[in-house]
Amino acid sequence: MQLESMYQDIILDHYRNPHGRGLREPFEAEVHHVNPTCGDEVTLRVHLENDAAGDPIVSDVSYEGMGCSISQASVSAMYDLVIGKTVPQALEAGEHFMTLMQAKGDMSVAEKLEDELEDAVAFAGVSKYPARIKCALMSWMALKDASARALSVAQPATPTGGHTA
Amino acid sequence: MTQTVSRPAGTPPAPLPLDVEAIRADFPILSRTVRDGKRLVYLDSGATSQKPRQVLDAERWFYENINAAPHRGAHQLAEEATGAYEAARATIGAFIGAPEREIVFTRNSTEAINLVAYALSNAATAKEPEFRTYAVGQGDEIVVTEMEHHANLLPWQQLCERTGATLRWLGLTDDGRLDLSDLTTVINERTALVAVTQQSNILGTVNPLGEITARAREVGALVLVDGAQSVPHQPIDVAELDADFLVFSGHKMLGPTGVGVLWGRYDVLDKLPPFLTGGSMIEVVRMEGSTFAAPPQRFEAGVPMTAQVIGLAAAVEYLQELGMDRVEEHEKALTAYALDRLAEIPGVTVIGPPDTVARGGAISFTVEGIHPHDVGQVLDDHGIAVRVGHHCAWPVVRRYGVPATTRATFYVHTGYDDIDALADGIRAAQKFFGTSEVR
Repeated sequence: MQLESMYQDIILDHYRNPHGRGLREPFEAEVHHVNPTCGDEVTLRVHLENDAAGDPIVSDVSYEGMGCSISQASVSAMYDLVIGKTVPQALEAGEHFMTLMQAKGDMSVAEKLEDELEDAVAFAGVSKYPARIKCALMSWMALKDASARALSVAQPATPTGGHTA
Repeated sequence: MTQTVSRPAGTPPAPLPLDVEAIRADFPILSRTVRDGKRLVYLDSGATSQKPRQVLDAERWFYENINAAPHRGAHQLAEEATGAYEAARATIGAFIGAPEREIVFTRNSTEAINLVAYALSNAATAKEPEFRTYAVGQGDEIVVTEMEHHANLLPWQQLCERTGATLRWLGLTDDGRLDLSDLTTVINERTALVAVTQQSNILGTVNPLGEITARAREVGALVLVDGAQSVPHQPIDVAELDADFLVFSGHKMLGPTGVGVLWGRYDVLDKLPPFLTGGSMIEVVRMEGSTFAAPPQRFEAGVPMTAQVIGLAAAVEYLQELGMDRVEEHEKALTAYALDRLAEIPGVTVIGPPDTVARGGAISFTVEGIHPHDVGQVLDDHGIAVRVGHHCAWPVVRRYGVPATTRATFYVHTGYDDIDALADGIRAAQKFFGTSEVR
């Protein structure tokens, strides 16, 4: 049975008890992404705040969606990984995740990325199943899209400021 | 095979009409294994069917012996290729009770439907008055149903956007059938064409076409029947169908990919302008303008998919040898058995008619607490190939309030053992995701 290589316990835990689920305010950008081959969808909001140095930090990622265990667990693990990071750091994590998804099951790739990806490294087994890679990537694509929009919405909100929808 | 099969107590099912073991021996792919040595349980014929050796041999025979472009050239190969191509047209026409001049080869059902849709909008600007007979424009209505495959929905949506015509549709009942309560208002004097599937690719429903065509005739509308999921599975006679067009795909009926069929009543085809233009569909070509060949050549621009057409004729002969009546009975027996086996599993809900009345062998279902993709993944791990997702019929899954379904489809090589494997695989998914003890 090869199933366990994909459905790691970490993934099933995220699926059953998703972190950060639900749409919240404030947010600067909201995006809706679908996987047209299977109908899975995610609505994702990003809230940025400037840190002391004035760099935009991912302060909140809130989301609602429906989809398979892989897509739902992926957005949950992504939430854990990117909160508190600067936008470039969060996007870099997305690049690492993309590298992991392109590894075709090569576990040495996962070992090298363990520190960068934390729980999300558990998705290494998904890279063996081409049809499921899109499931794991959907939320990361949504985050990339939403971050770009949030940055272009003008100045990110200050820690005490309001938001634009 | 390695699966453990748990037959429920009770009477064993009646023997199947077709000799499954003998048929499986004709399909080389069914002897391969998948996912670490498991027997391939192929329950995805609704997406594309597997091909028997006879079809593969026919294509190889063509290429090794008479490969040439038909309807061009005066050499012996061209003559033989033309003869084989046209003989295949006659064979495929006879399969649905149609004369060969009413059989147009296309790439697949999708292209056949687009051919008709584009011909209807091209008609509005045709310079030949007779080609304007069926022109669609503002004030006209096109009728479809909510259970159509995207292939029989988007071409009509687009036709309406191009021409200003209005798209209307018949809805669905809760048990997966067409809601005909407003048939006489939806199909009315403004209706130019009704496009309807004979069998739903997702629900398995076989539609009461007689009622629909009778109403269309009353108001003088054309009727196009999507036979992609019916022609492979039941005997069809276009004389009984009383439609104007029937489309189907070769690859879903044991034939090669890349060949489909548009059947059209000759007097209607004869008044339609072409869709694709180019070589071999012409009568006279001058720099100032050209005239077109009579059907079916008018709709077959370019060198055709000759080997695939010959492969499809071999598939038709294979099905005729089995007998389409027996193919239909075989699938009916499998469907009844599968519905019973699925009903035994707590948490499994069939989306579509719950019994075998006016129903074919496409069974969509949901498993409580497990997304269809995850069901499909566990089944795949057991060597079972099914389709998951919205099955190119997104409005249908939306209608029934589910994001997607898992779908099993049957064909001539499907046996009770395949369905037992499916039932065991679903139970394995419930065990894996820990939902079996939920209820």
